[in-house]
Amino acid sequence: MKEQVKVTINGKEVTVPREYTILNAAVEAGVRIPTLCHLDLHDLKMVNRTASCRVCMVEVEGRPNLAPACATPINDGMVIRTDTLRAIKGRRMAVELLLSNHPTDCLICPKNLQCELQALAHELNVREINFSGAMNEFHIDSSSQALVKYQSKCILCRRCETACNEVQTCGILSALNRGFETVVGPAFNLPMVDTSCTYCGQCVAVCPTAALTEVNHVPKVWETLNNPKKYVVVQTAPAIRVALGELFGMEAGTIVTGKLAAALRRLGFDQVFDTDYGADVTIIEEAKELMNRLENNGRLPMLTSCCPAWVSFIEHQFPDLVDVPSTCKSPHIMLGTLTKTYFAEKNNIDPADIVMVSIMPCIAKKAEAARTELAIDDHDNVDIVITTREFGAMLKEAGIDFDKLPDEDFDNPLGESTGASIIFGTTGGVIEAAVRTVHDWMTGEDLEDVEFTALRGIEGLREATVDINGQEIRIGIANGLGNARQLLEEVRSGESKYHAIEIMACPGGCIGGGGQPYHYGNDEVVKKRQQAIYEEDRRKTVRKSHHNKEVMKMYEDYMGEPYGEKAHHLLHTSYSPKERI
Amino acid sequence: MKSLEELKAIRERASKKINLRGGGEGEETKILVGMGTCGISAGARETLTALIEEVGNKELKNVYVSQVGCQGNCFAEPIVQVSRPNEKPVLYGKVTPDKVKEIIEKHVINGEVVKNLVVGSAFH
Amino acid sequence: MKNTRLHMLVCGGTGCESQGSDKLVNALNLVLDKYGYKEEVTVVKTGCFGFCEKGPIVKVQPDDIFYVEVKPKDAKRIVEEHVIKGRKVEDLLYVEPNEEEKLEKQHDMPFYKKQHRIALRNCGLINPEDIEEYIAVDGYLALGTCLTEKTPEEVIELVKQSGLRGRGGGGFPTGFKWELTYRNKNDLKFIICNADEGDPGAFMDRSILEGDPHSVLEAMAIAGYAIGAEKGYIYIRAEYPLAIHRLNVAIDQARELGLLGTNLFGTDFNFDVELKYGAGAFVCGEETALINSVEGGRGEPNAKPPFPAESGLWNKPTCVNNVETFANVPPIILQGPEWFGSVGTEKSKGTKVFALAGKVNNVGLVEVPMGISLRDIIFEIGGGIRGGKKLKAVQTGGPSGGCIPEKDLDIPIDYDSLKSIGSMMGSGGMIVMDEDDCMVNISKFYLEFTEEESCGKCTPCRVGNKRLHEILTKITNGDGTLEDLDRLVSLGEYIKDNSLCGLGQTSPNPVLSTLKYFRDEYIEHVVHKNCPAGVCKGIKRKQKEMKQQELKEQKQKEKEIQLH
Repeated sequence: MKEQVKVTINGKEVTVPREYTILNAAVEAGVRIPTLCHLDLHDLKMVNRTASCRVCMVEVEGRPNLAPACATPINDGMVIRTDTLRAIKGRRMAVELLLSNHPTDCLICPKNLQCELQALAHELNVREINFSGAMNEFHIDSSSQALVKYQSKCILCRRCETACNEVQTCGILSALNRGFETVVGPAFNLPMVDTSCTYCGQCVAVCPTAALTEVNHVPKVWETLNNPKKYVVVQTAPAIRVALGELFGMEAGTIVTGKLAAALRRLGFDQVFDTDYGADVTIIEEAKELMNRLENNGRLPMLTSCCPAWVSFIEHQFPDLVDVPSTCKSPHIMLGTLTKTYFAEKNNIDPADIVMVSIMPCIAKKAEAARTELAIDDHDNVDIVITTREFGAMLKEAGIDFDKLPDEDFDNPLGESTGASIIFGTTGGVIEAAVRTVHDWMTGEDLEDVEFTALRGIEGLREATVDINGQEIRIGIANGLGNARQLLEEVRSGESKYHAIEIMACPGGCIGGGGQPYHYGNDEVVKKRQQAIYEEDRRKTVRKSHHNKEVMKMYEDYMGEPYGEKAHHLLHTSYSPKERI
Repeated sequence: MKSLEELKAIRERASKKINLRGGGEGEETKILVGMGTCGISAGARETLTALIEEVGNKELKNVYVSQVGCQGNCFAEPIVQVSRPNEKPVLYGKVTPDKVKEIIEKHVINGEVVKNLVVGSAFH
Repeated sequence: MKNTRLHMLVCGGTGCESQGSDKLVNALNLVLDKYGYKEEVTVVKTGCFGFCEKGPIVKVQPDDIFYVEVKPKDAKRIVEEHVIKGRKVEDLLYVEPNEEEKLEKQHDMPFYKKQHRIALRNCGLINPEDIEEYIAVDGYLALGTCLTEKTPEEVIELVKQSGLRGRGGGGFPTGFKWELTYRNKNDLKFIICNADEGDPGAFMDRSILEGDPHSVLEAMAIAGYAIGAEKGYIYIRAEYPLAIHRLNVAIDQARELGLLGTNLFGTDFNFDVELKYGAGAFVCGEETALINSVEGGRGEPNAKPPFPAESGLWNKPTCVNNVETFANVPPIILQGPEWFGSVGTEKSKGTKVFALAGKVNNVGLVEVPMGISLRDIIFEIGGGIRGGKKLKAVQTGGPSGGCIPEKDLDIPIDYDSLKSIGSMMGSGGMIVMDEDDCMVNISKFYLEFTEEESCGKCTPCRVGNKRLHEILTKITNGDGTLEDLDRLVSLGEYIKDNSLCGLGQTSPNPVLSTLKYFRDEYIEHVVHKNCPAGVCKGIKRKQKEMKQQELKEQKQKEKEIQLH
């Protein structure tokens, strides 16, 4: 039993655990205290405790100044008031001052109606700005393929910094300048494209305003869809189907796979494919590669390579270890490749006319798609990447009443999927999918209970040992790049005990990706999406990648041997060391 | 540094380096030598040197040898004034280096005025 | 050595050095050599005497003669007259302003008469680059006593009993801070000396480090022993090259004698000190910002709690004390808390060093017992207002202190009384203003400083101070309104109440205190578009424009009358 203490908030006494902050205690007391910079994704270990915005100020008896509720620990007998004029004035003034240095183009802002500052101004009933004055004007950095940085909208909550430095350990974003000109950006305020940013997008995911957003590729998609010369194919990642509903008022964790396929068809895509197909191909390739490395004393551990932010991380931060990850391209790139080769050939379509659009929970996929070394025959595998959020905006723009859509299926053959590929959307899923296949291949059995629960969870670092045919396969799992760094340090020093490691850059995996609907600091949202992923896996009758009939047919008809020569040419890549800035 | 004693030993040695700097507090014996032109020509420099050496040899603390200008008693140069704390200053005349030891021994250390060398007491 | 009869103490503080005291030392040695007095006379470069107004200073001991404004060319005369002939060099003696009499002795000078030197006890007395001279004045005796005769608890108790409070600004009881850090058990703890002196015009910490670096090293080791730390950091501004040099020399010498390092005084206590350089950000004087900076991070404060005593440097219990606070520790150990408590007031014991600046005659560094009046400091020690002008206000506590009007000059100064009149002790800045100063402009000046030095972390300080400054600029340009005065108060009080650290919590003090005590000046600016002191240029321009407009209108009127 944790130690309990008594505190009084607005005259009401509550008994709460000793380690609570005033903010936690206020929740128990049923008192709402507004916050802005505060972020507590407790289970994902992403906690921003800068207490810098001063929006949650409350009166504490015996303290000369107001105290920030989010960062002030309680003590026994503490008497707190949130409802005095002094506290109310303090909180509103903070918002007023922030607004006095914030562009007021809300109506055309990418974060309109999703902006936490906007919501706060509404909540605190701010009707005028009494202290207007000079405003900072910074240029917009749209140098990268993935994210847009508009510092004039930065309110210095520093959540992005916490995400970038403490959680992801990338060290790209930090506060620059001093005083009124203070702003968050990379060293020397370099263009983002010149930094070692992995574009994991966790900064975007936690930014309360439009200071950090994804590059908007929606217009490009509209343009392509309206070009009669183009054959426009779309694919959606596994994590989309468990999150998209949130944009239409649905409960987090609602599975909308059928409506998703229907919506894509309504938008006018020529083929609606599923990235899951690419994921199954990935498993086939990766499982073979792992077995190959195990049998031939190859480089171990083998690291998964589905996550482009993670790939970028290792190239910049551990350039000496670029031979460790699997050489497999990521699932959506594989699907893009197969669409423009196998599918195009089969249907007699000029690959140059095909436009592949990926809907991803991720903004790093935008940058990944632009990597030239992935191109086949001089054309990109994937032409446009939009995030879950961008996709939601498209649907709204198109006037599609998402709620009322019927459930439809993906198109064949590249829409065929398995439970194994669906779980790619969560941390632990890729490796579980791989184990399902490796197990069957190594034992020659057809395992009935496919759920390797030891590999599941949301903790940043996990490990499990799987016994296959008497051989112990030691598996490490990291989600979040800071956790990945720990495992990589072990690999570098030769102390790593694992045979295979799955790494996903975002806390929780793709379900917590930088392109997903905003979770607004609620880690329950991410956890519910994870539950939905496993639920979707359970609903599938086929739950192993090597049982995906369309995939196996493709190998038979077109690709030949898995991990064979053609596969190497089309489905594998290599990594190169990059400078760390 | 191994012990407090070791530190104190250094302090003893080092305090000689700076023992001249405590002047001005009224706790010290001052020996003033008249060093006007008249004094210097009468051999005051040698007297001054002898005084410093003697004070040094005897390792006297709180005793300062200093020089002053002509005191107007040019007939009695070299003139040496000894002021012990809370006592009236005493003026000695014709203090040649050979008389230095006696003054230090008797007056400075033991507080006994060397009467035969006194020019005139209580001139202030 | 035994032949030495004179010591010439030449001030080697930054102020005097910049006026050529280095050259003066060389010149004196050269002339002494020439006349064959090198053996007999020792020239010692010491720390700051505090009387910077009249530097370079040369004090001749044991004669107790105090020469001021000595130039290298004066070396010849000093040797020829003082050393050889025993005559004072009259024109180098100090003359009190408005008086005829020449004062030859340091303790006769009003500048020193009312001072009481504890923290500055060795400044101007010993050669800071010679550890033996420090040992000669009982240096490291306090450390030795603590290590060999007292338990850490006893040391903490002594400091607690002395009533010593932090001299860096907060006034937090030092012994209590030590005790808190002592109580937080951890395998690793740290001592940090805050030498990030940032108040414009303040240089007490620099002078102590330049003049008596060992006293700080010794006190840090004592503190380390008391709380259980083996490592100390001195966070010092990189712009203090001389202090850094002296500290480095001192650290080397202390290590050589085994006064820093392992098994000090034969005990199992180890302690060493490392310097960390600050880049001169004002906010790094705040202890959590300082710790962030030492760790290599951005110099900005964290929310407290946790306090450094629980979680400081590298998240270990850390005790941060200011230079002057440390300098007070060895005498407290040696002479006892009763002795220390006999100086000062009931709640503010001991002395405080102030950097006296502005419109006073004797600008410099003064150490006074707590409880002395501002009037004594300004008129006795400071020699009154320059040019016989009238005092208007005195600002204490650095850029975020308040302006105290003439009527409050007799309040005995200590931490609490200064706070009660809207100012603060701060680290010891004291700036005197006379009738030629415009209080609106003064508060704008300070706001400009704090606005620039804000780290930008929290909203009230980052945006609030900017807005305060904008309103003040509006007023000094003649565009202010009476509503603006209310806005200043409401915004100023908000910033004080809501800011994250001490910088923001005090930055509106100059505005709020001048609005309180000199409201008539603000009203003059706002209502009559007039700056009584004639300082605000913007308002002058405005006046001119208004007059031209008036003339134009008058001419127009005359024209109209003629036409009719």
